[in-house]
Amino acid sequence: MVDDGSGVSGGLRKVRLQLPVTPEALATLRIGDIVYLDGPIYTGREGMYQRFLGDKIDPPVPLASISNVNFHCSPAASVNADGGYTLGAVTATASFRFSKWLSEWFKKSGCKMLIGKGGMSPEDYRDHLVPNGAVYLTTVGYGTGALLGRAVKNVPVVHWLDELGIAQAIWVLEVESFGPLIVESDLEGNSLFEQQNALVNKNVEKMYAGLKPPALARYGETTNREDEVV
Amino acid sequence: MIKNSAIEAAAYEIMARAAIDIPEDYKTGLRGMLDGEKGELSHFVLEAMLDNYDAAEEDRRPMCADTGVPRYYVKAGNDARIEGGFVGLESALRRATARATQDVPLRPNRVHPLSRQDNNNNVGINAPEIEYAFEPDADWLDITTVHKGGLFGSDYRMLFPGDGIDGIKRFFLDVMYEFGRRGLACQPAIVGIGLGGSKDVTMTLGKQAACLRVVGDANPDPQVAKLERELMEMGNQIGMGPMGYVGNSMVVDCHIEVGYTHTGGMPMSVHTFCLSSRRAVARLHKDGSVEYRTDPKWFTPYMRRESVEWSTTEAALAVG
Repeated sequence: MVDDGSGVSGGLRKVRLQLPVTPEALATLRIGDIVYLDGPIYTGREGMYQRFLGDKIDPPVPLASISNVNFHCSPAASVNADGGYTLGAVTATASFRFSKWLSEWFKKSGCKMLIGKGGMSPEDYRDHLVPNGAVYLTTVGYGTGALLGRAVKNVPVVHWLDELGIAQAIWVLEVESFGPLIVESDLEGNSLFEQQNALVNKNVEKMYAGLKPPALARYGETTNREDEVV
Repeated sequence: MIKNSAIEAAAYEIMARAAIDIPEDYKTGLRGMLDGEKGELSHFVLEAMLDNYDAAEEDRRPMCADTGVPRYYVKAGNDARIEGGFVGLESALRRATARATQDVPLRPNRVHPLSRQDNNNNVGINAPEIEYAFEPDADWLDITTVHKGGLFGSDYRMLFPGDGIDGIKRFFLDVMYEFGRRGLACQPAIVGIGLGGSKDVTMTLGKQAACLRVVGDANPDPQVAKLERELMEMGNQIGMGPMGYVGNSMVVDCHIEVGYTHTGGMPMSVHTFCLSSRRAVARLHKDGSVEYRTDPKWFTPYMRRESVEWSTTEAALAVG
């Protein structure tokens, strides 16, 4: 169990999960666990959500038949002259932007695990992930694209490549020891970012102490430095 | 005469190098941060980042799939002669970008802002950007590329002289908190700050300060250098590390560049060059030889000149 501010830590726990992931395996995960995945996952971000949920066009195969893990990602990849794929690095993109799709997404996809950058809001976890028995794993540091790319053993198919382009297409990836990833939200909707933010916030007032505000204020949606902007 | 084919080959090479090979100055800075990092999660993340750099170099694959929005900084010696002139140069850079996107591969990040048209080659209207600078008494051509993520970590604000150092520090803290949480800024980063100039130049200077200066480098103006140190220390005292987890690794280094500005204003920009500081440089000579390096050496005494004229006298004074 990670240090939650109490100064006590049992060290970071490392977990390896077989995909598609089972409810029993998900139930063992706690925020702060370090996770490595084996099996199939697929990428999907705003382009996929818009086409599938916005434009109501079904993917060529049901997503649940591929996997129950949706990776918010565009790979650094190219399509070869022979139709094969060269896949280099694999990195997540920031997930908070996809909040508006979540409700319908879980209903239609059977997804049980989101992987992305930076997590989502506590409300998203409570309203969408928890009721659907899903967890959120964040990529690490956000620049571990080579480690994740190395863990991709095969790219069996790419859906909607012509329709959405390389960056937005649905890349099906067979992965082995895909990680490290960190459990950001567990089945109860606990959030590691939220926990860490609360600790960081203890210091905010001290950092700004004695610094007078500028003469000209700005319009904005928050002026509270303890708030997040996502 | 510097040939277009040499420009294209060098630009292609630095696109791959920037994506794969992490500059030694940044790596050294990051190892230093790891040694001083007390936060459990932050420490783990920094270790994973260093592992990732090794994997990138071993596999010759990009260290991050977001290979940024590829762009170039071109510094031409005043006596450099380029085949086909600058139109020839720009064509060569566009060809190199498209080929590197396919071959490295880089992520084809560039799309039309409204139609979202993606040419799948990182080339389009105003893409890649090419910025120019010049250097006296030289006949070489320096081409630098940086791969910087494009979404988070930068902000601009018009401050006023009366806001003083307090105003600068507050705005700096605002950006660190705003984009440091959850690690949107992909820290620990080289933070670049533009102070002064016109509004657009404020933004440009800050970005160049983040992207074109190396870890450990200080501004030659002692007053500016002091502020650089203060802001770096302040950023690392926030209590935030990589991914916004509890820690003290936020700013690998802080670089400030200034420009003379409106007498009533003190515009400021802050830019975070996402972790790993992906940059690569090629210097092309007229005999066809090319030297590669990772220090852009962009801010020369000539770039920071205050005088009306520039001659050997000013040059001698500038180097002391």
